Amino acid sequence: MSRIRFTRRLPAAVAVAGLALAVSACGGESSTSSAGTAPAAADQLKPNADLSQQTLQITVWDGYTPEELPAKVKEKLKVKDMKVALHDTNEIAMTKLTAPGDSGIDVAFVSGQYAQALNEQGLLEPIHPELIPNLANLYPEATQLSYDKGNKYSVPYTWGTTGICYRSDLVKTPPTSWNDLLKPPAWADKKVTMMTTERWLALPALKALGYSVNTDKDEEIAKAKELLLAQKPHLLGYDDVTFGDKLVSGESMMAEAWDGWCPTTDAKGNIKFAVPKEGSDLWVDTMVIMKSSKNKEAAHALINYILSPEIHSWAAENINYKVPNKAAMEQVKIAKGSLLGIKPAELLNGESIVDLGEASVKYTRLSTEVTAQS
Amino acid sequence: MKSEVKARPVSRSRGRRLGAFVFLSPGVVYLTVLLLVPLALVLSNTVFRRGRFGGVVYEFTVENFERLADPLYLGVVANSVKIAAITTLIALLIGYPTAYLIAQLPGKWKTVALVAIVLPFWTNFIIRVYAWIILLSGPGLINSVLGTKLELLYNQGTIVTGLLYSYLPLMVLPLYAAIERLDPQLREASANLGASAFTTFRKVTLPLTVPGVMTGCLFVFVPSFGNFVIPEILGGSKSIMVGNLIRDQFLKARDWPFGSTLALAIIAVLVLLLLVQAWVTRRA
Repeated sequence: MSRIRFTRRLPAAVAVAGLALAVSACGGESSTSSAGTAPAAADQLKPNADLSQQTLQITVWDGYTPEELPAKVKEKLKVKDMKVALHDTNEIAMTKLTAPGDSGIDVAFVSGQYAQALNEQGLLEPIHPELIPNLANLYPEATQLSYDKGNKYSVPYTWGTTGICYRSDLVKTPPTSWNDLLKPPAWADKKVTMMTTERWLALPALKALGYSVNTDKDEEIAKAKELLLAQKPHLLGYDDVTFGDKLVSGESMMAEAWDGWCPTTDAKGNIKFAVPKEGSDLWVDTMVIMKSSKNKEAAHALINYILSPEIHSWAAENINYKVPNKAAMEQVKIAKGSLLGIKPAELLNGESIVDLGEASVKYTRLSTEVTAQS
Repeated sequence: MKSEVKARPVSRSRGRRLGAFVFLSPGVVYLTVLLLVPLALVLSNTVFRRGRFGGVVYEFTVENFERLADPLYLGVVANSVKIAAITTLIALLIGYPTAYLIAQLPGKWKTVALVAIVLPFWTNFIIRVYAWIILLSGPGLINSVLGTKLELLYNQGTIVTGLLYSYLPLMVLPLYAAIERLDPQLREASANLGASAFTTFRKVTLPLTVPGVMTGCLFVFVPSFGNFVIPEILGGSKSIMVGNLIRDQFLKARDWPFGSTLALAIIAVLVLLLLVQAWVTRRA
């Protein structure tokens, strides 16, 4: 389980960075067009197409779908074949999907803001809801996601939020505000970690100041930077990967954390998670169908199958992320302390992180400025 | 007869050329495929724009080089040079006496000492670095043995400690090779001529081992300078080095062109150092 969580947010991870560098360097020839094209129009699809003539190629994070999925899909949907390619990060998936020519991929798993960007480039087939009856299993909230209201081109697979993961036995008062992290009380001095993955480094400061997590205003980012620089001397360190271990060992008391990464199910039961009152983000990993797919009927059938409670509940049980599927969540046995119990309505208070295009450079600079300051 | 005499050197040189071709080609292919081609790719990235989702847009620009001059990034490079230089200096101060002592040991113990120096390399680098956390952390071994609450981790000192620990063997080995090669008669001659032990060291031993010193320093400086794992694990990412900056450009910021430009800048610094080393070695 931890392995899966590790690979999902790899931009934050250290370990295989060397390899990824090599991959990136070799992929240098693939160009991506930044010119905005209009979203694609829907194809005519046949509801009764012969799926045995279609093959499926998907790309997904390692361990993010059940290993036996291809075999089950072949058996249930009678498709000719199904192959699974893996990507470590959204960035690597985007490189595959935006390369010139046919990627050969029918269904891709990417985060919401990336689905939005793919759609803006006209690379996605609009979802044909009549081919996915299981869309009815989704929570009503899961159709109101700000990057894609009404699930026009993406179907949510998992979702979650960012908050404060803390040791309930070590803190004097449980954190309720981002300011508890940003200006730690004396008893928590140098016992706090923050994430440095750009947008998440800024998130606590932006929210504490009452700004949007998607702001591209220079003066708001500058105010956030001031807060983060003032916070720096009071931090144990920045940590995107092992903050959970630091809490378990007692090195730290509070950490900025993604909910799925906060080890609340640790045996001692003293690790808790709080979403600060100023609000937080809502991240969603989605399934999209590529415009270039020649197997669109099979692709819809696959998404429909994944939305069935027995497959979708696998994700909640095995990767410990919440799934936006009411029928599936009702089947999941929620362990004591597990964060799977966070209600969709609470999640929806979070603001979706959207792709900022050129303005994302501002966040890169912010995170370099904050971490480089000595 | 005449023709045979004439023919022989030709065929021998041809054979030599064939031999050279056969024996050189694996190395040449290796270097071309794994060094020159990737290097050319990285170089070509530096003059183009970043793609929105990573990758490169082929529009010519020099802005990557302009950004290199930004005080923010120069500061990171300067910080990396500082940390790597401190590490190298301490490694030299510890490594030289160590290598010197090992060279004076009787034969059998020399081998034992050298194996002991190399032994840490048998364990994975990340694990060895991570072990320092167990030693130094707040609830860690040192604090619990001493009963103290010292804050030993996550500062520039622990970065230097981690780098020093990781790369000290790379200082000791070339120094040992250089000191071991010294003819002991030179030192005897120096002593016979009335030089004190210190003068002998200063005027005989040290100058003759300068190439070893340079090699050792280079071996420690280069991996320290580009390191990004230790600043993250032991430094708590509170100060970043140029390696972190490059990694972030590729994995977080999706800015391959600027990442490539930074990589190129590092290569330039390292080539310069290699030239200095070659020059000093030739003079010595």
